[in-house]
Amino acid sequence: MSSGDPGTSRGVTAISPDAAHANGRGRMTDKADFRSYYGRPIIKEPVWTWEIPWYFFTGGLTGASSALAAGARIAGHETLARRATLTALAMTLVNPVLLISDLGRPARFLNMLRMFKVTSPMSVGSWVLSAHGGTATLAGLSELTGRAPRTGVASDLAAGALGTVLATYTALLVSDTAVPAWHEARIELPFIFAGGAMASAGAAAAIVTPVAQAEPARRLTVLGAVLELGAAQVMERRLGELAEPYEQGTVAKLKWAALGLTAGGATCVALAGRRSRAAAVLGGALTLAGAACERWTIFKAGFVSARDPKYTVKPQRRRMEERAASDGARPVGPSRSGAEERPGTGTSADGAGHGEGRAG
Amino acid sequence: MSAPEVTVIDTPAWAGSYGDEVKPRVGFFTDTSICIGCKACEVACKEWNHVPATEYEFTGHSYDNTGDLGSDTWRHVAFVEQRVPVGGVAEGAPDSFVAEAHRQEILQRSGIEAERDGEGLRWLMASDVCKHCTHAACLEVCPTGALFRTEFGTVVVQQDVCNGCGYCVPACPFGVLDRREGDGRVWKCTLCYDRIGDGLEPACAQACPTNSIQFGEHDELRARARERVDRLQADGLAEARLYGEDPGDGVGGAGAFFLLLDEPEVYGLPPDPVDTTRDLGEMWKAAGLAAGAIAAGALAVFAGSSR
Amino acid sequence: MAENHPVGFQWVMEAKERGAKLIHVDPRFTRTSAMADLHVPIRAGSDIAFLGGIVNYILENGREFRDYVVPYTNAAVIVNEDFADTEDLDGMFSGWDPEAGAYDPASWQYEGMTSKSASGGRPGAGGRAGGEASHGAHGAGLSSGQSPSTDPTLEHPRCVFQLLKRHFARYTPEMVERICGVPADQLIEVAESMCLNSGRERTTAFAYAVGWTQHTVGAQYIRTAAIIQLLLGNMGRMGGGILALRGHASIQGSTDIPTLYNLLPGYLPMPQAEGHENLDAYIAEHRPPGGFWGNTSAYMVSLLKAWFGDAATEENDYCFGHLPRLTGDHSHYATSFEMRDGKVDGYFVMGQNPVVGTANSKLHRLALAELKWLVVREFNETETAAFWYDSPEIDSGENSPETIGTEVFFMPAAAHTEKGGTFTNTQRLLQWHHKAIEPKDDCRSELWFMYHLGRRIREKLADSQDPRDLPVLDLTWDYPVEGPRDEPDAEAVLKEISGYGVADRGALSSYMELRDDGSTASGCWIYCGAYADEVNQTARRKPGQDQTWVAPEWAWAWPLNRRILYNRASADPEGRPWSERKRLVWWDEEAERWTGHDIPDFEATKRPDYVPPDGAKAQDALRGDDPFIMQADGVGWLFVPSGLKDGPLPTHYEPMESPVANPLYRQQVSPTREQFVRPDNAYNPIADQRGAEAFPYVMTTYRLTEHHTAGGMSRTLPFLAELQPEMFCEVSPELAAERELEHGGWATVVTMRQAIEARVMVTERMTPQDIDGQRIHTIGLPYHWGARGEVTGDSANELLSIVLDANTHIGEYKAATCDIRPGRRPRGQARLDLVDSYRAQTGDRAGPA
Repeated sequence: MSSGDPGTSRGVTAISPDAAHANGRGRMTDKADFRSYYGRPIIKEPVWTWEIPWYFFTGGLTGASSALAAGARIAGHETLARRATLTALAMTLVNPVLLISDLGRPARFLNMLRMFKVTSPMSVGSWVLSAHGGTATLAGLSELTGRAPRTGVASDLAAGALGTVLATYTALLVSDTAVPAWHEARIELPFIFAGGAMASAGAAAAIVTPVAQAEPARRLTVLGAVLELGAAQVMERRLGELAEPYEQGTVAKLKWAALGLTAGGATCVALAGRRSRAAAVLGGALTLAGAACERWTIFKAGFVSARDPKYTVKPQRRRMEERAASDGARPVGPSRSGAEERPGTGTSADGAGHGEGRAG
Repeated sequence: MSAPEVTVIDTPAWAGSYGDEVKPRVGFFTDTSICIGCKACEVACKEWNHVPATEYEFTGHSYDNTGDLGSDTWRHVAFVEQRVPVGGVAEGAPDSFVAEAHRQEILQRSGIEAERDGEGLRWLMASDVCKHCTHAACLEVCPTGALFRTEFGTVVVQQDVCNGCGYCVPACPFGVLDRREGDGRVWKCTLCYDRIGDGLEPACAQACPTNSIQFGEHDELRARARERVDRLQADGLAEARLYGEDPGDGVGGAGAFFLLLDEPEVYGLPPDPVDTTRDLGEMWKAAGLAAGAIAAGALAVFAGSSR
Repeated sequence: MAENHPVGFQWVMEAKERGAKLIHVDPRFTRTSAMADLHVPIRAGSDIAFLGGIVNYILENGREFRDYVVPYTNAAVIVNEDFADTEDLDGMFSGWDPEAGAYDPASWQYEGMTSKSASGGRPGAGGRAGGEASHGAHGAGLSSGQSPSTDPTLEHPRCVFQLLKRHFARYTPEMVERICGVPADQLIEVAESMCLNSGRERTTAFAYAVGWTQHTVGAQYIRTAAIIQLLLGNMGRMGGGILALRGHASIQGSTDIPTLYNLLPGYLPMPQAEGHENLDAYIAEHRPPGGFWGNTSAYMVSLLKAWFGDAATEENDYCFGHLPRLTGDHSHYATSFEMRDGKVDGYFVMGQNPVVGTANSKLHRLALAELKWLVVREFNETETAAFWYDSPEIDSGENSPETIGTEVFFMPAAAHTEKGGTFTNTQRLLQWHHKAIEPKDDCRSELWFMYHLGRRIREKLADSQDPRDLPVLDLTWDYPVEGPRDEPDAEAVLKEISGYGVADRGALSSYMELRDDGSTASGCWIYCGAYADEVNQTARRKPGQDQTWVAPEWAWAWPLNRRILYNRASADPEGRPWSERKRLVWWDEEAERWTGHDIPDFEATKRPDYVPPDGAKAQDALRGDDPFIMQADGVGWLFVPSGLKDGPLPTHYEPMESPVANPLYRQQVSPTREQFVRPDNAYNPIADQRGAEAFPYVMTTYRLTEHHTAGGMSRTLPFLAELQPEMFCEVSPELAAERELEHGGWATVVTMRQAIEARVMVTERMTPQDIDGQRIHTIGLPYHWGARGEVTGDSANELLSIVLDANTHIGEYKAATCDIRPGRRPRGQARLDLVDSYRAQTGDRAGPA
């Protein structure tokens, strides 16, 4: 019998009492397409709670609002700039509270700033959050009080630049984990979040800005909605089997809600919102709700993919098979002495240059 | 057979930080083929580290009522009951004495059927622990620096720094870390940092009666492990394998690695674990592009519109 | 062994590393089985048939180690012509007296002789030893000058060897399959393995624990193993023997310095009320002329001198009269029944939890309720201590704290880390443990408690002239005390146990120095030497790697630090090792003494060719090639003419409660089993008795690694409690289907005594078996749970009845019958009603014939 066949079990039959013996009959036959330890999760689901998806939402809103404000300043759209700046200020006051309250030891939040670590999106994000928070506050205060206008503008621009990172780094936050649905969507997630941020900022601006001055906001809403929903579609397609969490239960409901609210809201903003403030408000609210739903969809989908071991085992097994196939004769499975060892660079067949230029 | 060559992995301890204080890398070789499932490791660890007891729960998962590793379980013994094919007694394990009896015509005389195609039972037992990866995702994503690399190459959480952000929890490909309820911080195996500095071995290794848990210098352990797995395979245990020993794997090899008798997922371990930050380049690139898209969008929407 | 002696089991794993093969015979597949090369699932209670099958295999195929068997066992001895075997009498031996309910062993004796067994041997509880004091040693004869008849060719039809063959003739592999459920070829695998692995070059060892002793035929289980090991030449050899895995906290010590009613220290028998009026009568009865038991008087007098010191003189028989006398069976079980019947006033319970740990829990709780006073010494308030307010009988209303008259004293106990002393467990090894920390608050060691209790009683009795008080007043009771709590010096006690010269109080080195003239004192003759040279030998800790593989300088083993008993047998009659590979002790002709890796378990200078002169006594009556120096005739007994109540040869009987009719004989159960036929100990009906079908399943109780005995020390500790939090039963998938049991759900197990509930663990590690055409299921029950602690549950011992091995008074915990049904058990009165509904089916029968 070949020891090299990936997944070969030599006819070994696992006995899973709950599955096999719930009705006291016989034993489990061997042809489940993956094996696990009593169906227990392999990785741990995150300890994050409701504050976090809302943080993604408000972070996207405030970040993209700062960007919109900056663009408006540059383009000389002062009304829009003012509204967007103040929106950013409002959200910037909420943002950190959400994050800090989710900590296990909230009093120690300042420990986030002990270092700046590129391998940790949360580290980078804490700095970006702080910097954006500072600049958005300055810009907002300047706008409110009318004082230090040059500082205000500079802050607007800075907050705008930082805001683009604030709005997208959160995607990195979730994809830089072992959670299958998140990690495997690491390319698409930033674009979904970017789109959502843009749509949120545009929608919020369309709500608080008079119709006449809100055209760029309405455009941004549509642009964002298209990017958000488009990237989400691409993600689900590319996830393949890992898209399953998006197709069942609460996650699916949220997903459809997000789709409907975002599409409907953006359409309403774009078409009716150019004539009616009320429509803009309605459409804007729907879009905001849609963006929030999208964050929640992704958040919950991650948890579902973390809980069931099949989402960890099956893709990994497939990856191993592909590696074995591309490596030709090199067997996968029990390691034998001297066989695959390649010193120093730690080259593995996944070829991702792992082991060189390690960060951290 | 001469001892297999083992290339020493440079210790992951930060040379820049430790300078001369860098010690030889240490770790665990857990040989699950001789684990007798006594759970002394679980108890010794809790006693030494004052880890709280967890919920009392009859899981029905064989003799494993502990469940998995977490903030309050740093050594976890897994139990898997399996049916394994037995190819008839006569050709079973080496030195079958029924074959001998046959040869001495005893079976013939008594007319007893010697060939039994049936199934035997196997009970896998394995003590799981934090892997102290060479490329540790938990350490890399920790924003406060609470998780750090010791001079022994191990990974430890500083309890006075951790603010419980919980990022390390889903980052670990093995599901080792968790936040302790009521405490707010993340706790995990320290590889008995407070013992090894004084020349003691970790509590679990000391308590293990059969030496299934072996502590020592990492390269020595690897050499020993390779000999052991070669021997087991030569003895007919084709499924014996090392797990976490290969520096070419997705975490750069583990400080605490294992000898398993079946596929990793059977024990609740990921078959192909990867340090998530391996893909960091890709991820930052995508984030950068997405951020750029926002910037571009925030400018583009003003094209040709009145103020 | 991996389950219950995990630390000791590392040595088995070490042996495996070096190529040893491990065979595990057990009704369940345990953590030991997981490490074994072969697991043999045997029906609980059928081991004599299995082992007998191995004996049969050895004899039928001529695999015995002849060169060993002929000189070193009684194989050649010819037995009385009146002897009739179980083959002749359908399961009985000759000599059964139905009125006495006991055997008269007269017909089992060697032709022309009456022999005494080594340490006395009274056939029945309260009965008297029969026969005259006569000689039974090789070479020395009867008063008329005859020696036992032997046939060294082993052909004589009444020689032990042929009797053995005949007795086990029907224990064929097919019969073993029928009785035990072990496939015939698996029996052959085991037997052939043993045969190939025994002889000059190789040895095989048995290891066992209560899986063998806790049966009505437990002593005979071990006897069958002894027969195998003698036939294969494995006794007294390295890597051989029969290893009794004694329990952790000094249970070997608890029989050496006994807590058993019928033994004095060093396995001297307790005196009887009848017939032991004085020391001479006692000695006369118990001293065989041959072997080291021939020095019984020296051991006894030295013991009395240790206990009574200067008060013990030759004139007053060394205070022999002060010793309590037996009038019957005073074992734990018998006493519990007496207690239940209101005949016992007071009870000390120290380090034991009978309500959970002893069969028939309810009986013990009801018994405790009849006491006037109860003292419990424990770390925490166990089920026994709390019986008066927390028990099923309180729940059901059968009893209440208002109506229970027992005055309960709960005294806190110190843990083993809080006191010094020795443990003696497996391998007869005494290991000292040091006190690490003072006990907290009022916690005290047993030594402190008993010593100061005794001191206070003596103070109260100091002026008494009542002869009844003299035994207490005459005791030596003067250990030095130390520390803030006046803790008696445990080392002083050890020295007293080891022994000293009365005149100079100098420590003795060997039991050979003991005298019967009052010049020596020793609290336990087999421990003599544990304090040799004024050194606490038990505290020695030379690491293994710094000494030979025998490691004689780690702690101290009795007797005389000999590590393998009867190791004379590791050399042939001429004193040469059987093989180079298995060389252990041998005769050094130049030095004219025995030498070797181990301390020879033999007189150092007795030549291999020594022949005892006429009239020689004790060890001098043994030849230079008689390795079994504790036996009257110096040889290993394949056939036991006296000393065991249930027969000279092991015989398969079914357990007291069994769903199987004995396929071998008409006699179903051991005729000598000690049973207590009473309504509060009702036995399940069996075979064709009315209601037998109510209890169709076999039940066996056992231990888990995670818990310790009755749970007082493990269910109270969170780190252990969480490892196994709930009482559970183990059933096969087939049984689960038959009884609709759900894995992870609940089940209720019922016997005539009680109904308990347990979580259900459906597992293939429990194997249904085909026994004599019947499908037999076994239900496994760990016995650790009780009503108190971090984790609680019902006790398995609620279900068991009390029925004992007549030789040892050990209960049958390992095989019984029961019923099982899905769901939790009823509470309160409804629980009693459930049990009654089963009793009603049986007509409340009290036990088999």
